[in-house]
Amino acid sequence: MPEIRNMTMNFGPQHPAAHGVLRLVLEMDGEVIERADPHIGLLHRGTEKLAESKPFNQSIGYMDRLDYVSMMCNEHAYVMAIEKLLGIEAPERAQYIRVMYAEITRILNHLMWLGAHGLDIGAMTIFLYCFREREDLMDCYEAVSGTRMHATYYRPGGVYRDLPGIMPKYEASKWHSQEEVDRLNENRQGSLLDFIESFTQRFPACIDEYETLLTDNRIWKQRTVGVAEVTPERALQLGFTGPMLRGSGIEWDLRKKQPYDIYDKIDFDIPIGTNGDCYDRYLVRVEEMRQSNRIIEQCVEWLRNNPGPVMIDDHKLSPPRREEMKDDMESLIHHFKLFTEGYCVPEGEVYSAVEHPKGEFGIYLVSDGANKPYRIKIRAPGFAHLAAMNEMVKGHMLADVVAVIGTQDIVFGEIDR
Amino acid sequence: MTETSASLATKLEEKFSDELNDCINERDQVTIVIPRENLLSVAKTLRDDSQFQFAQLSDLCGVDYSSYGLGDWATTETTSTGFSRGRDQNQSNTTSSDKRFAVVYHLLSLHYNLRLRVRCYVDADLPRIDSVTSIWASADWYEREAFDLFGILFDNHPDLRRILTDYGFIGHPFRKDFPLEGNVEVRYDPDKQRVVYQPVTITNRVLVPRVVRDDNRYVQPQEQQSDA
Repeated sequence: MPEIRNMTMNFGPQHPAAHGVLRLVLEMDGEVIERADPHIGLLHRGTEKLAESKPFNQSIGYMDRLDYVSMMCNEHAYVMAIEKLLGIEAPERAQYIRVMYAEITRILNHLMWLGAHGLDIGAMTIFLYCFREREDLMDCYEAVSGTRMHATYYRPGGVYRDLPGIMPKYEASKWHSQEEVDRLNENRQGSLLDFIESFTQRFPACIDEYETLLTDNRIWKQRTVGVAEVTPERALQLGFTGPMLRGSGIEWDLRKKQPYDIYDKIDFDIPIGTNGDCYDRYLVRVEEMRQSNRIIEQCVEWLRNNPGPVMIDDHKLSPPRREEMKDDMESLIHHFKLFTEGYCVPEGEVYSAVEHPKGEFGIYLVSDGANKPYRIKIRAPGFAHLAAMNEMVKGHMLADVVAVIGTQDIVFGEIDR
Repeated sequence: MTETSASLATKLEEKFSDELNDCINERDQVTIVIPRENLLSVAKTLRDDSQFQFAQLSDLCGVDYSSYGLGDWATTETTSTGFSRGRDQNQSNTTSSDKRFAVVYHLLSLHYNLRLRVRCYVDADLPRIDSVTSIWASADWYEREAFDLFGILFDNHPDLRRILTDYGFIGHPFRKDFPLEGNVEVRYDPDKQRVVYQPVTITNRVLVPRVVRDDNRYVQPQEQQSDA
């Protein structure tokens, strides 16, 4: 009888299923995993330390680059932390815009997750379907902020600017004929809100389409049902939040339980799972997209009927209008002070958390009264999830590791920070 | 939330009257400061006692208070020639060595829908504290992170290794005395045919100096709220 030894296998950091730069050291008994040791930090940029060396507003852009598939939700937590320390509140219209974009971001994130998760465990088509809708939402980002990903749109005290009255259109070129462009521009004739509304009308049918591909698919179920089950007690112990916690059957959503901005005025439901396996977490996220769609619809409706300011009227925090700055001495001084020194935030500490698409994204901000944060700690949901990797994959096959990475919705920008 | 955070603060003060150093209720967020010897017993009570039930540890982080309240510019003193400007870069804070590092825990009670912040100061010369991994499993990686970035040692942690920094990294990068640009950089050496480490060649350019000002406009409404 030959001697049988466990094998140690290296997975990543350059592996398409590792969702970035995850390095896993797997101890295997045949094809069964005995122990998984994730090595992280390959994307560590020291965001928290960098933020300590910059005025408050200049770090908003760093937040986009944390979880780079749900950009505006990261900003949301950060600007809310500053607002709490300053003791200010954004105008209602700005809060509606923020919530609308937070939900657009949630759909963006879940589409990315669904496509990539599907691709990882053997479903090709879903990836292409998801990216088709992502394109439209990216255009919404671009229309409002000028960039398709790293928007830097939220500000302490509101948002950078109001929603544009026209939606940018495609132009005919060598690659796109006039006829093609006309078809693409069909729902871009009105304002941005018209475009978003037409999206919300179309999107539920798209989700149905995804579900016909996966929900009753035999292969999909074989790969996800009963894989990496987590009991509600363990989920709490391990610090799970968001869909990972709800998939295990705990009804906990910060948008409902500790509502921020105007979530308390909006009607939506929280889906929860029962078994806590990969399949339930899939169902939870799909239903979350439907609920996000509902929230966006309500925000569009309100935003149409209620024009108003989108930034607090305090030039210590928000720049004065350009014409005023050229005209008025005091505005010039405000403008100069704001852009050279920033603003000082009163001494204190605050923890502000939002329901990020991946879970609870929190910012712990300590200020000593300076124009730069003294210490900022980013509580990334993925960090706690990945820490549970060992427990989730133990006793499963090698192929299930990929399903678990997918179901945890790992993005290294936020885990490594 | 205001009522509940106030009632939480009173409950905490009653329960831990002997163990507590301080209990602060600010901006609807309750912070307790406890000596590190009492950490494990307090943490266990916070998790298991039916009037708290902090079942989840949402976050754990280290804080280095060594340059707290120091700015690059003098903003209050004046001289006969006007405001003085730059300050000595090597200024140090008066923080005593037992107040330099702190470990901050953020707890969440799903049952009461409450959050609690727990702060423990650790000694600067030998920063060590008990690990709470036996109470909340999620503390595992957070403690590794605090060890990596601040050099705080957690007693009885099952596997205290570096987590975010490079293999073989020297120093604890989030300490305030660690330079922003770091100490070493890597480059590919064509002669040795491998990546080598060398001292950093970049310098930190501060574009906006750190300024501490007493801007009372924002403190005012907070105080009025607490009076009312």
